Amino acid sequence: MRTLLNILVKELLQLRRDPKILPILFIAPVFQLIILGYAATTDVRRVELAVCDLDHTAASRELVAGFTRSTYFKRTAAVDAQPALDELIRSGAAKIALTIPAGFAAERSAGRPGSVQVLADGSDAMTGTLGLSYAVGVLQEASAAAGVRPLVDLRPVVLYNPDLISRDYMVPATLSMIIMVMTMMLTAMALVRESEIGTMEQLLVTPLTPGQVIVGKLIPFALVGSVEVLTALPVVLFLFQVPLRGSLPTLLALTAPFMLCTLGLGLLISTMAHTQQQAMMLTAFVFILPQMLLSGFAFPIQNMPELFQFLTYLVPLRYYLVILRGVFLKGVGFAVLWPEALTLLGMGVAILLLARLRFHRRLG
Amino acid sequence: MSAAAPVVLAEGLSRTFGAFVAVDRVSFAVSPGEIFGFLGSNGAGKTTTIRMLCGLLAPTGGSATVLGLDVGRQAAEIKRRIGYMSQRFSLYSDLTVEENLRFWGGAYGLFGTAVAARIEWALATAAIEAQRRTLVRELPGGFRQRLALVAALLHRPPIVFLDEPTGGVDPEARRRFWDLIDELAAAGTTAFVTTHYMDEAERCHRVALMHAGRLLALDSVPALKRTFPAGSVVEVSCRRPAAAMVAIERLAGIEEVALFGERLRVVLARPSAAGDLAELVREVDGDGAAVAPVDPSLEDVFIHVIARAEGRAA
Repeated sequence: MRTLLNILVKELLQLRRDPKILPILFIAPVFQLIILGYAATTDVRRVELAVCDLDHTAASRELVAGFTRSTYFKRTAAVDAQPALDELIRSGAAKIALTIPAGFAAERSAGRPGSVQVLADGSDAMTGTLGLSYAVGVLQEASAAAGVRPLVDLRPVVLYNPDLISRDYMVPATLSMIIMVMTMMLTAMALVRESEIGTMEQLLVTPLTPGQVIVGKLIPFALVGSVEVLTALPVVLFLFQVPLRGSLPTLLALTAPFMLCTLGLGLLISTMAHTQQQAMMLTAFVFILPQMLLSGFAFPIQNMPELFQFLTYLVPLRYYLVILRGVFLKGVGFAVLWPEALTLLGMGVAILLLARLRFHRRLG
Repeated sequence: MSAAAPVVLAEGLSRTFGAFVAVDRVSFAVSPGEIFGFLGSNGAGKTTTIRMLCGLLAPTGGSATVLGLDVGRQAAEIKRRIGYMSQRFSLYSDLTVEENLRFWGGAYGLFGTAVAARIEWALATAAIEAQRRTLVRELPGGFRQRLALVAALLHRPPIVFLDEPTGGVDPEARRRFWDLIDELAAAGTTAFVTTHYMDEAERCHRVALMHAGRLLALDSVPALKRTFPAGSVVEVSCRRPAAAMVAIERLAGIEEVALFGERLRVVLARPSAAGDLAELVREVDGDGAAVAPVDPSLEDVFIHVIARAEGRAA
């Protein structure tokens, strides 16, 4: 115990001595969170709308007004012919194009639904699909106002994040990024630094066991990771107003098994790298980027080919994202999330054992 | 040496890395209180040997004991009882002198008042009391080397292994470092030192010459020098040493010629060749040239022993 404490004190002294590391540790994550929180939002507002009204009636004007009244659309052009509309979409001046054919008002007064054409720019898939669904919403509202029964009365209900605010979905996920970068990269670099300067060999010729050396290295960075989470949380909760529907202790307790994985991976990386630079590159490109891509952080897992869907099961981040979003947005706890927590715990132990084996062989 | 049990005993100690033989059946014994030098060029197998003795590397052949403990089976026990200072600087440069000592003391299980007392001893022994709160990175090289040595001695090991301890340090700092080793040895600590500096090897009680993984010679420095018959090493003073050197190299019975400033140092295969040499030099350089016998240096011995070993192998 005193032996571990001795190593711990040394690590913390070294952290304190490094004037560059403290800003990296405590300011960078907050900035990262703020940038990601503002940029990584997939909500779409003020979609460029081009209108071609061939009906020229009060009813058609009322329909167009329905679009422009909402904050979702911004009318950028009004033309009199369909080819001009096509050109606007092609040039990117409009993302959504609405055509109201002649005779629209006549159909409506005859009690029939009347048809309009909505074109969406699929090359900007995110804006296009969202714009299209907004348009459908506006049209449904207009039908209801006119007392016309639409063909299908669709009333989707979204649970947990009713406004589908992507920020509520993305910001908690960025917490996982911070944990990964800080614990994995710092652990790997700290261990490689000891080998680089030669103190690792000195440590191993003392009665300290490799296990003690490793645990002495991992604990400080686990502490750092926890402090990071606690620094970042107020930004998540108060600046971005992301609701935390579950409990904070649950969130922290379920973060522990994920951190076990990231610390273990950091140790593993240190057994593969010979210099701190290599450790950094390995962490960023071999361990963090693929995790982001294969965890549902950036792209929905359901859309991936089967092989890649299978690979996502090997990615610790995948499980932690389920935990994060579950605790933040659904307010669920252990009762629901235990399979993820258990999987992470198992992965963490396995990674640590593997890293420990490699650690010994490398120096043997 | 003495009747006491050897501190280190190696018998046919070997280590291979794949097909490469780093250490080839090396045998020797080190007595308590001895300064035992391991002399050899880079890649001779010195570091590999020391790493095996410290329990960092398992031998692939033969056996060795340190303080009576087997290096293969009792590595953990050995680590507790030896000091080790590697050729790479092994203190934390972002910690102070005192913080380093406290940490390394703790690594050997010294805490509280026990470590405090030893820190005072270490600071006094290395003469760095005034620098106790200085960051190690701000210390001059010589101070760091002494600090690394006393840090390896905090737990009072009966033997300390020093692997090329004075690399990159100026001669004055090296001299002070060796004075410290002398003091420690006088107080009973055995020092096992590897080096490729001849002047350092001269300060060892006994020197083992290592080359290409093999132990070629092992004796005290004066005894090693006596491997040459008297008069085998001569110095040639002449006006045009470079030209003379070319001529001398062609003469039969010459083992080695080296240029040292204005003079030539010549190792003769047998002392009787001195006459031929003097004749040749006067022929080439004129009557002013002189040939005089000198004491062989350890370097002469080293080169001679290697040449002989390689000749035998060929």
